[in-house]
Amino acid sequence: MKTIARFGLAAATLVALLGAGPPALKKLSIVATTPDLAAIAKAIGGDAVEVKALAKPTEDPHYVDAKPSHIVTLNRADVLIEGGAELELGWLPPLLESTRNGRIAAGSPGRIVASQGIRMLEVPVTFDRSRGDVHPFGNPHFLLDPLNVKIIAGRIADHLAQVDPKAAGLFKANLQAFDATLDAKLAEWQKQLAPYRGARIVTYHQDFVYLAERFGLEVVETLEPKPGIAPSPAHLAKVIGTMKAKNARVILVQPYQNRKTAETVSRQTGAVVLDVGQQPGALKNTDTYFRLMDFMVGTLASAFRAQK
Amino acid sequence: MHACGRTAILVGACCFGLDAPVWAQTPASVESLRRSLAATAARIDSLEAGLCPSAPAARVRPSGSANTDSLAATLDRLNRRVDAMRASRCAGPQPAPQPQRSGGYMNIGFVSLTDLGWSTEPDVGSLQLGDHDPAVRGFTLPNSEISLDGAVDPYFKGFSSIVLKLDSNGETGIELEEVYFLTTSLPGNFQVKGGQFFTEFGRQNPQHPHSWAFVDQPLVLNRIFGPEGLRGQGARVSWLAPTSWYTEAMVGVLNSAGGTTFSFRSDESSEIHGGVPTERGVRRVQDLLLVPRVAMSFDLTDTQTLLLGASAAFGPNSSGPGASTRIYGADVYYKWKSDRAQQGFPFVSSQTEVLYRRYDAAERVAADDPAVTLPSELLSDRGVYSQLLWGIKPRWVAGLRGEFAGGDDAAFDSQLRADRFRLSPNLTWYPTEFSKLRLQYNYDHREAIGTDHSVWLQFEFLLGAHASHKF
Repeated sequence: MKTIARFGLAAATLVALLGAGPPALKKLSIVATTPDLAAIAKAIGGDAVEVKALAKPTEDPHYVDAKPSHIVTLNRADVLIEGGAELELGWLPPLLESTRNGRIAAGSPGRIVASQGIRMLEVPVTFDRSRGDVHPFGNPHFLLDPLNVKIIAGRIADHLAQVDPKAAGLFKANLQAFDATLDAKLAEWQKQLAPYRGARIVTYHQDFVYLAERFGLEVVETLEPKPGIAPSPAHLAKVIGTMKAKNARVILVQPYQNRKTAETVSRQTGAVVLDVGQQPGALKNTDTYFRLMDFMVGTLASAFRAQK
Repeated sequence: MHACGRTAILVGACCFGLDAPVWAQTPASVESLRRSLAATAARIDSLEAGLCPSAPAARVRPSGSANTDSLAATLDRLNRRVDAMRASRCAGPQPAPQPQRSGGYMNIGFVSLTDLGWSTEPDVGSLQLGDHDPAVRGFTLPNSEISLDGAVDPYFKGFSSIVLKLDSNGETGIELEEVYFLTTSLPGNFQVKGGQFFTEFGRQNPQHPHSWAFVDQPLVLNRIFGPEGLRGQGARVSWLAPTSWYTEAMVGVLNSAGGTTFSFRSDESSEIHGGVPTERGVRRVQDLLLVPRVAMSFDLTDTQTLLLGASAAFGPNSSGPGASTRIYGADVYYKWKSDRAQQGFPFVSSQTEVLYRRYDAAERVAADDPAVTLPSELLSDRGVYSQLLWGIKPRWVAGLRGEFAGGDDAAFDSQLRADRFRLSPNLTWYPTEFSKLRLQYNYDHREAIGTDHSVWLQFEFLLGAHASHKF
């Protein structure tokens, strides 16, 4: 037993020596699974909060590593905002299993599931993985519709006010300012894309359907034959055929998607490959939701304009 | 907002227009118009406040009077304009919150492995010693696992894993591999696990075969923990330290008897100490198995993570009364993943575990000759495995594992303590997250026996609950 005692003592001493971490922060600590949710939370929380995103803006949000450092981050969080609809199913549950933080437990004010209250698109009728890795609750990439962002911003403000009632006034004011900017921006974005209503686009994954729906664009094909399934030559031949037949000449690619596949298709169709990011910060000068959408809409509008 | 303003002026104009002539009409239709007008004004107020107004009120019924009917028609046109603005700004009615998970109250998963291959050693079972390794030339179904998990209530989570496997004669074996609860809301960053579970010693021991990067169990884990790994009935307390990086300290207390506590009170321990195992009861607390572990992790950069661990296991062994075993282990895991990873690729990871066992063997009767008594002696065994994985591009992983295991000389001979070296390159293709195909070659050198070559093809499929991956 002496050995055991020594082992325990050594471990405890090591931990003590290595320091007891930073002093407690007064700001509300918000952890968002993805940078888009983090950007909205920052806009609503303002100076009263510190916001951290677990996923990097350039990486595939379905496949984030459940790194031990994320356990520490979640352990100290006052609020957790997740996309939900099984977007983070591959990595958030194992993190939460080790987190031991009641403040962000399911159902508490400190836990926000963004997908709740959103009108989801592409909700499957049957659960069948032969159709690819289809999310049973619908397509989880809903933040590219600004009206969904408005709903989520409202919910974030509600939850933050419950967690930190003293700052409720600030959150309310920030929400009003955010909503006002969003209304004005949405009108602007709609005006920018209005001339191209019905324009046809191709995406790598089914990740732009909400954007397409809001702005009246048509996603005619995805380079993936089915969600999560790698593009095959036969499928790409079909995509090329459809693009020629429907005169679709814009392909959207995110930083983590295989640009080479898109370039191959573009060579055969004369389509332009547009680098866009769903996550704020994935590309230069897109660190807030408004800048991200400004960039997205601007890029799309100029591509459509060039093709007219 | 300009459009809103114009609407407001128009409504205002309607109001003024109403006053003089309409009083002469039937009071009922005027009252109805007045109510409609108030509702429309409220909807415009709501739009101006940046909110989403409610649905329009019912249309005013035609009264037969030209004056009121034309005003009603104007009001109707205004309502349609408000509707158009509402539609452009506001999403449809918010649906009720959806459930977050598809499995209801419990996640149900099923995962199955099939191995196919050949080895130059005809008695494959003497070469592939793990319980979930390929067991014969030809086909083996070494692990079909039903996993169930979910939140029990706000305080506990429950997990269970029931394994079915076919032995070399095609007979089905069943085992309750794991069944445990985990606390979710203890104060002070503590967490308790209780039941039967794979002990958190090192990195691979707690992992189930379908998360392994190779077809078979590493040699050193087989020799020190036995064919099924170190697991048992007990409890574990873990504490997440308040350091700015990840530090978790834990200690497990388990029963020390049975085949899954191979180096302790196991009646299958002859190969370790060469003698007839002694039946030992639990007389003191020290007769239980104690497994402490500390793990730390550092993000070296945004894309590189290091995880270090030190583990130990202390308990009585079955060589004789009073005899005990101490096992020490260290593990290092490193991973790089591109910051533009698609489906988690490309990545490079490396995992190394070193284990050392001090087995205090008591004086005992030799297993192969009752006339011989083996002297009490200290049996030292050690081993290491190191594996490198390269996720080349989405769905493709190349791996290389090198391993060595051996023990000091003793008063008896055992193949399970002799020097052995194995080198295993492999290539895995994941058509999706739910299936995989793996090809592995083993160069296998056993002291005093010689070199064997084996090739294994492994297929895995997964049904049910979505795969989630611990780091």
